[in-house]
Order: sequence, then structure tokens, then C-alpha cells
Amino acid sequence: MSRNQVRLLPAIALLTLGAACTGPAPEPAAAPPADAKRVDASTAGNVAGRVVLEGAVPANPAIPLTADPYCARMHPGGLAAETFVAANGGLENVFVYVKDGLGGYYFDVPTEPVKLDQVGCRYTPHVLGLRVKQPIAISNSDETLHTVHALAQVNPAFNLSQPMQKITNTKTFNAREVMVHFKCEVHNWMHAYVGVLDHPYFAVTRDGGKFELKGLPAGTYTVEAWHEKLGAQTQSVTLGEKESKEISFTFKAS
Amino acid sequence: MPWLHRYIKLVVASTVLLIAAGGMVTSTGSGLAVPDWPNTYGWFMFSFPMEKWVGGIFYEHGHRLIASTVGFLTIILAVWVWRVEPRRWVRWLAVGALGAVVFQGLLGGLTVLLLLPAPVSIGHAGLAQLFFCLTLSLALFTSPRWLAAENPADDPMLRKLAAATTGLVYFQILLGATMRHTGAGMAIPDFPLAFGHVIPPVWSAAVAIHFAHRVFALIAAGAILATALHVHHHHRGRRELLRPAALLVLLVFVQITLGGLVVLTGLQPFLNTAHVVNGALVLGTSLVLALRSFRPLFERAPVRDARRAVSAASPLGARS
Repeated sequence: MSRNQVRLLPAIALLTLGAACTGPAPEPAAAPPADAKRVDASTAGNVAGRVVLEGAVPANPAIPLTADPYCARMHPGGLAAETFVAANGGLENVFVYVKDGLGGYYFDVPTEPVKLDQVGCRYTPHVLGLRVKQPIAISNSDETLHTVHALAQVNPAFNLSQPMQKITNTKTFNAREVMVHFKCEVHNWMHAYVGVLDHPYFAVTRDGGKFELKGLPAGTYTVEAWHEKLGAQTQSVTLGEKESKEISFTFKAS
Repeated sequence: MPWLHRYIKLVVASTVLLIAAGGMVTSTGSGLAVPDWPNTYGWFMFSFPMEKWVGGIFYEHGHRLIASTVGFLTIILAVWVWRVEPRRWVRWLAVGALGAVVFQGLLGGLTVLLLLPAPVSIGHAGLAQLFFCLTLSLALFTSPRWLAAENPADDPMLRKLAAATTGLVYFQILLGATMRHTGAGMAIPDFPLAFGHVIPPVWSAAVAIHFAHRVFALIAAGAILATALHVHHHHRGRRELLRPAALLVLLVFVQITLGGLVVLTGLQPFLNTAHVVNGALVLGTSLVLALRSFRPLFERAPVRDARRAVSAASPLGARS
């Protein structure tokens, strides 16, 4: 071994360690099998509904921003946690998805990345969903540094360094996981929740707790509504061909 | 006072500061605030801009800088001891301290890159205490009182008691580290009772770890009291034993009080870190008492040579 090669050994060791720590490389989306079972759009139906919050909306605690002057400047009026976002009695930021019942349908994986941004020292959006093997582009729009720590349990966890504005890292998850908790290790109030699914039937409640799962084939499904603080509720829904149904979930505030 | 001994005392004090800085990293949950290692957000560690030391970065990056300083001080210590110290085992002890601090740095980097797996973080916490014990031992072995070795107390019972106490205290520290790094610090939310009972009515892995730390606190405190009482009854005239024994009782009282306050305040970071640092002081004091009880078993003639050599050594002195 030459002297130069010997000098390179520590760097090689560090790179090897780094590679071992970042987990396996994302697998490319596999080509669909020839006999793939696909949803017939002409006979599909919808499930729409609302997530209701019963009782007084709990106050979101104020976040002390003294740890980072930039974040304090971005929110001169102060900042509160995003745990409870409610309007007209409906609860927002609830992840609603088909948990079970889809069987062996094949769904193409979108190649367009889902976007998760850090703006004003908080994640935007706070709750989101994406597909297994679909890219997620994580950006830093702030003039301060962030880490993006995905505390995945099924998929490999990671902790990205984003020291400057306009940095974007793209990651993928290779297995279904509801939910992957994201947090910034610099600003301990920053949390986001990402649902990773192997089908397209998911939504995040908006506009007073409303959601819609479009294009479902006929069948009986378990639909789950997940909230970061109030936990999860499920209910069974049976859809006929071209049928649309309304369902609702009710979470108690205390 | 010989310069080498003074210098090693500086390293010991720096190590206590380092343990405090490491304690703050865990207590504030800042272990992953700097995701890369050995660089800091891609910067060379020592050129990372101060205006970017925000949030948890202040604690994690500060810990790394203090650790680097202690590492540098330990290199000087090892070289200096190797050059001036005639006792071969002391020279190797200094080399051992250097090896420990290097390994400690690697463990620290590894636990960041692996996203803080509990076994690695617990190992990092445990080795920190061993490194502290090594530097403290070196300070003791180069002290004028140790080198004088005039009529040291020869008490086999004290040796057994003090050694067992030191071992128990170290085991208790490892239990505490396990509790901290598995997130079991509030698994029992009340104090001094556990869920209002003497024995927890509900059990989980976290409750078991937390409760074990409390039980061993009592066992370690009992061992400390037994050792201190033995010293008080049998060696009342010996200040070199009486002082660490009395200090040990005071420190363990402070330690249990801090432990209770940590729970009652919901893991307040400064109290939590004070509990970690005071735990190191309990271990160090117990170790000093134990080593002094073993003093008659160390060789005498070479020590007299060492006294001459160390006394003659200046900061730049060579081994004579």
C-alpha cells in the first residue's frame, strides 16, 4: 500500500461509517407486474367527511423563541404550538387514510416530490402524506440553520444538516409507516408528521376539519383518523360501485 | 507543589467541566443538534461561526470544543508524565488516560452519527466517569502526600469497604446513565414515593430502570455511611482519610436531594446536570479514599525516587 493510500485510510473509514449510518439507498420504483390489478376509475367512489372536535379547543402553549434571535425576529408577536388547529368545530391537521381493505391493487408512484419546508422556524405543512418511494423534498427557507430529524421506526431514521437558506434535501421512504415524526434538533418546538402509504387514499383535514378520499374502488375499508395529541380512531366503511359516502370522526378535547 | 501535579489537577478540573457540559447536552436534549461529526454543519469544528450557536447547538458544539481542549490537555499530560515520571505503572496510567479520552471522543462521534443509540450513549457516559477517575488517580499518585507516604493507614477492612463503595457508586452511575439515555427519568413521576407507594404498583422497563436507580441510591448511600463510620471510629486522627470520608457523606446527601429535585421539577436541565456532576464528585471522592486505603500496598522505594524526580521536574523538565 502506498503512502498516499495510507493517508486516505481515515477518510475512507469515515466515508464508510457515514454510508453505514445513512441507511440503504432508496430503491427505484419497481415496474408494475403484467397482471397488475388496477382501480377502474369509472366505477370508483368517494369517501368524504369531517373530523369534529368536541368541547373547548385546548390552548396551544406559547413557544419561547429566545434560543434563536432569527426565530424571535420572524415572530415579533410570539409563536404558539400547532397541536390544536380548529375552525367551526372541526379539527384540522388530522391525517385520514385507508388503513385496511384495499387488497392487491397496484398504484403508480408519483415521481413529483412532496414538499416540506421550514419557514419562520416551523414546518410547512405541519402534517402531510406521501407514497412509499415517492420523493420528499425538504427545504430550508429560513436564514438560520435547522436539522431535519426523521424519527422513523420502520424506515431508516435520519438527521439532516441544513445550515443555510435554500438548501433542499430529497429523501424517500421504502416502507409504509404512519406516522413518521420529524423534528428539528436545534429548535425543539418544530415538529411535523408524515404519513407514508402504499396507496393514494389519504388526506389531511383542512377548512374546518374536512377531508375527502377520492377514487376508491367498491369494497369494505377501515378508515383511520390520526391526530398528534388525541390519538387515532377507526371506522369501517362499505362502498358500492360509484358510491360516495359521508363519515365523521369525533375527538374529545379533554 | 510540583508543576506536574498542579497541571494534572487542572486536567481534573477541566474534566469536571467537560462532564457538566456533556450533562447539559443530554439534559437539554441537544445530542443531535449538530448532525455531523467531526465537522459542525460542514464547518471545521474550530471555525464554526459563533452567531450560529443557537438553540441546542450551543450545548452540543460547546461540549465538543471543551472535549477537544481536554483531549489536547491530556496529550500534554501523557507526554509530560512519560518524560518525567520514573514509575513505569504511572507512565502507563497516563497513556491509558490518553487512550480513554481518544476512545471517548470516537464514542461521542459515533453516538451522534448513529442517532444516539442507548448502548453507545451509556458507554460514552460511563467512560467519561472512568476517564475522570484516571485523571484523578494520576493527580493523587503525583501528590506530595502520596509521594511522602509517611506511615499510611494499613487497614484491610477499610480497603474492602472503600473499594466496594467505589464499585457500587460507579454501578449506580451506570444505572443513572441508563435511565437518562433510555428516557426513563420521569418513568416514576413522584418522589420519594413511587406512584404513591413504596414499591411501584405498575411496572414497565422504564419503571424498572428508574426504580433500580433509586434502590441502588440507598445501597450506595448505605455503603458510604458504613465506610465513613469505619473511618470515624478507627482512623479519627488521620485527616487524609477523615476528610474524604466526611466529604463523601456530605456529597451523597446533596446527591439524593438533587435526585429528588430532578424528579419533582420534571427534569429541570440545570438540576439534572448538577446531579450528574455531583455523582462524579461522589465517585471521585470515594476513589480517593479507596486509593489512600491501598497506599501501604504500593511500593515504597521507587516512590521515594519518584518524589525526587517529580519535585525536580519543571514544566519543561526531562525525565532524570
